[in-house]
Amino acid sequence: MSEYKENSELNIKGEICPFTFVKSKLALEKMKKGEILRVIVDYEPAIRNVPRSMEEQGHKVLSINKINNTDYEIIVEKDGKK
Amino acid sequence: MDFSEEQIKRYARHIILPEVGGEGQIKLLSSKVLLIGAGGLGAPCGYYLGAAGIGTLGIVDYDTVDLSNLQRQIWHGTADVGRYKVDSAKDSIERINPDVNVVTYKEGINAANIKDIIKDYDVVIDATDNFPTRYLINDACRFMKKPLVYGSIFRFDGQATVFLPEEGPCYRCLFPTPPPAGLVPSCQEAGVLGVLPGVIGAIQANEAIKIILGIGTTLSGRLLIYDALDMKFTEMKLRQDKTCPLCGENPTIFELIEYGDLCEFKN
Repeated sequence: MSEYKENSELNIKGEICPFTFVKSKLALEKMKKGEILRVIVDYEPAIRNVPRSMEEQGHKVLSINKINNTDYEIIVEKDGKK
Repeated sequence: MDFSEEQIKRYARHIILPEVGGEGQIKLLSSKVLLIGAGGLGAPCGYYLGAAGIGTLGIVDYDTVDLSNLQRQIWHGTADVGRYKVDSAKDSIERINPDVNVVTYKEGINAANIKDIIKDYDVVIDATDNFPTRYLINDACRFMKKPLVYGSIFRFDGQATVFLPEEGPCYRCLFPTPPPAGLVPSCQEAGVLGVLPGVIGAIQANEAIKIILGIGTTLSGRLLIYDALDMKFTEMKLRQDKTCPLCGENPTIFELIEYGDLCEFKN
């Protein structure tokens, strides 16, 4: 588990790309700069695609971890690169 | 507002764009666009605006679908011949996107009704085919401070620009007064390549969406000229004319003018 204290959590297990990023982005839009979002996915390619898109759009990916046999977490700071 | 699952999927490619996002998509869904003309320019323009999720799309056209329209007016089908164009258009948009509230006006736009029709809209699109209506739309949009997206087509040549209400030129800066009756072959007589309005109408939809989102650089102050035969895009700088009778320093036009029919080429 991550050492970051998230402000919000988004469970999008079952979603595939690009909807993993779309839903993550919508969740981030509702948050304030500097707040931390924890995204849980079970679609393995998303752990590369989602962080790349988040970074491109100014967010800072803090951590990506495998949390059990099927699931991953992506920890991201809203506007952390702006 | 929160998106439904269906909306998230439908608008995913907009939401992904940094310039649009969920916030931009909500702006589109909250916006009201008036499309004047459901023909060659109106069809592609209205189709894309509908697909983009414009919340309210008003469509004005008094005409019915004719078989000779179908070569370019792509939202009408063979089975729609004889129906009102606005009814056929409404069906086409609703088939693509049920999020859009389509409001139809089965009437010609004129000095008596134009202000009442455009007053509730955020952006107006001129997709008409004749000079009197273009002046009417231009003048009404200035008076009522509505951004106007202009497009026109003739044979293989198309033009598009944007007239903003608070800055930049208006249609009368470009053409101060209408040409004499009979000088210009109009609407009914001029041939047109079917694809041409597809290009110009899509550009009009693009500009309307940018105005709503407040992104990019619009065509305000520039006349985009498209030559489909030699496949060239060029542009001409448009400046606000200090002597413009509508938006110049000493305006002389303070109310709407009905020019009457200038399309008497054959008579």
